Amino acid sequence: MSEAAISAEGLVRTFGDVRALDGVDLDVPEGTVLGLLGPNGAGKTTTVRVLTTLLRPDSGRATVAGVDVLKHPDKVRSLIGLSGQYAAVDEYLTGQENLQMVGELYQMSAREAKARAKELLEWFNLTDAAGRIAKTYSGGMRRRLDLAAALVVRPPVMFLDEPTTGLDPRNRMALWEVIEQLVAEGTTLLLTTQYLEEADRLAHDIAVVDHGRVIARGTADQLKAQIGGERVEVVVTDPSMLATAVDALAPYAIGEPTVEPHTRRITVPVTGGARVLADVIRELDANDVLIHDIGLRRPTLDDVFLSLTGHVTESDEDKDDEGAPDGQGAKSRTDSSSDANRKKARV
Amino acid sequence: MTATTLTTGAAPRQIRGGVIGMLRDSWVVAKRNLRRMTRIPEIVVFGLMQPVMFVLLFTYVMGGAIQVPGGDQNAYKQYLMAGIFAQTVTFAVAGASAGIAEDMTKGLVDRFRSLPMARSSVLVGRTVADLVQTAFTVLVLAIVAFIVGWRFNNGILKALAAFGLLLLLGYAFSWIGALIGLSVRSPEAATSAGLIWLFPLTFVSNAFVPVSSMPSWLQPIANWNPFSATVQACRELFGNPTGVPNHSWPMEHAVWVSIGWSLLILAVFSYLSVRKYRSATA
Repeated sequence: MSEAAISAEGLVRTFGDVRALDGVDLDVPEGTVLGLLGPNGAGKTTTVRVLTTLLRPDSGRATVAGVDVLKHPDKVRSLIGLSGQYAAVDEYLTGQENLQMVGELYQMSAREAKARAKELLEWFNLTDAAGRIAKTYSGGMRRRLDLAAALVVRPPVMFLDEPTTGLDPRNRMALWEVIEQLVAEGTTLLLTTQYLEEADRLAHDIAVVDHGRVIARGTADQLKAQIGGERVEVVVTDPSMLATAVDALAPYAIGEPTVEPHTRRITVPVTGGARVLADVIRELDANDVLIHDIGLRRPTLDDVFLSLTGHVTESDEDKDDEGAPDGQGAKSRTDSSSDANRKKARV
Repeated sequence: MTATTLTTGAAPRQIRGGVIGMLRDSWVVAKRNLRRMTRIPEIVVFGLMQPVMFVLLFTYVMGGAIQVPGGDQNAYKQYLMAGIFAQTVTFAVAGASAGIAEDMTKGLVDRFRSLPMARSSVLVGRTVADLVQTAFTVLVLAIVAFIVGWRFNNGILKALAAFGLLLLLGYAFSWIGALIGLSVRSPEAATSAGLIWLFPLTFVSNAFVPVSSMPSWLQPIANWNPFSATVQACRELFGNPTGVPNHSWPMEHAVWVSIGWSLLILAVFSYLSVRKYRSATA
C-alpha cells in the first residue's frame, strides 16, 4: 500500500471573519508532486503553514510522513523541508554560514553541517558566493540559497510555497530543474503556485484551491479534459476576411465560433485533432483567406481555472498579499468580469 | 551537475530534547547573532558611544557642579561610574527589542519555526548574544573610566562580583527587551519602546544623584528601584563612595536585593516572552 506522505482532513482556520481554510482535504502519495493552485488569498500558504507546523488549524487533522502534525510537531519538523515565498535566510550571514546554521539546528554536528553546506552550495552554483553575505546576493541566488536551506537534511517531504514567484525566466527554469531532480530522487513534494505553467510542468496531481476549499482535483490532463475540447484559432491578415473565414470554418465547427475583430481572431471548437487543422487550412486557402496565424489549441490550465473559479489566477498581484489572508477572498470574488477579458486576450 | 544526492529519505535525526538540546540550539542562534554584530559593527560602535559620552560629560561638564556629600570633586567621579555601568547594561534592552522585532518581520523566523529546534532558543540565543555585546561594552567603558580616574578599591574579586551583578541585571533586562520586541513587531517602534521607559527608571534612582536629594515621596520609589540596588551594590563592591548613608532596607542589603530583583525580572520576562513567542505561531 502506498502511504500518503501528506494527508489533511477538514482543515479549517479562520482569521477574524475570513475563513482562510474552509475544510481542506488533501492527500499526496509518497514520491509524487501535488500542485496547489489558486489565486492569492485562496488558502495555499495557510495550508502550507498548517502542514509545516507554523500554524495550528481551528479544526481538522493532518499527517506528514505518517506523523500527526498537531500531536508531534517536533517530529514533523525533522522530516520536512520548507522554502517559502520570500527567502528565509539571514542576510548578514554568508551563504556557507546560513546553511551551516540550519544544519546545526537540524542537530548535525558542526563538521557534518559544514560539509553538507559545501555540497549544497556547489549543487546550487553558489560556491563562488559562499563567502559573501546573503545581502549581496541577487533575488535568484537568495531563492536558491533558501531552497538549499530546505534541503540540508535531505527531507523526505518538501513544501515549496510559490518557489519561483518574482524570479526571472532563466532563474525559474533553473529552479524547475532542481525541483525535478528532487522528485526524481523520490522526494514527496507539495508545491503551491499561481503559475499554471509551473503546475503543468512539475505536478503529477493538481488541486485547485479557492476560498479555502479544494474545488477540483486531478492530473493536468484530467482537469483539462473535464472542461472539454480542442479549438482551432485563426488570425486572418485583414479584418475584411473575417466573415468569409467564419463561413469557411462553419462545417468543421462543433459549437459557436468566437470572433474578435480587433485582433482579427476567430476561435472555433472542433473535434478530430490535427487532421481537422489540415482540412481547415485547405478550406481557408480555397476561399482565398490569407492566414496570419493558425493553430490547434488544447485547453490550458488557465481555461480550467477560469471555468472552475470564474476568475483566472491573479499572478500579477503583489505576492505579499498571500501572507495576510484578510480580505483576500472577498477581493478575488469581485474580479471575474475583468479577468474574463484578460483571459481572452491571452489565449 | 555533481553526483550529490539532494534528498532521498535520510533517517530522521534524533531530536535532542531537554535542557542540553535547548542550550545547544541557543548557542547556534547566539553565534548567528554575534556574527551579525561583526557584520554590522555600527551597532556595537554606537552602543559604545553613548555610555562613553556619558562618562566624559558627567566627569568633565556636570561633575564640577555636583557635590557628593562628604567628598571632594573627585568623589563624584567615583560615585558616578557604577551608575553609568548600570545604565549601560540596561540599555541592552533596546538591542534585544529591536533585534527580535526585526527577526519577527523577516522570513527567517519561519525557517526557525519549521526546524526541529527548541522554541525558546531563538530568544535565548538573542539575549545571550546581547549579553556578550554588553560585556564587551562594559569592558571598554571600564577602561575609559579608568583613564579618567575611576578606581575600584576592594580588590579584583569584589570588582568582578560587581561586574557579575551588572551583567546579570543586563541579562534580565534584555528579556524585557525580548518581550517588547515580540509585542511591537516593527524594529523602529521597538527601539523607542525599548528605550523610553529606561530614562525615568535610571534617573529615579541613586545612579546619578543621592536619593536623599529627591522629594520625600519619590525616595521610597528610588530606593526600591531594582536599578538602585545594583548601583548601590556595585559601589560597595568597588569601594566607591555611596553618598549620604541610606538606611532603607533595600539599600542596606543591596547585593542580595540586586540579585533578587534580577532573578525575578529574568523569571517573569523570560516566561512571558517564551509564551508570547510560542503563541505567535498559533
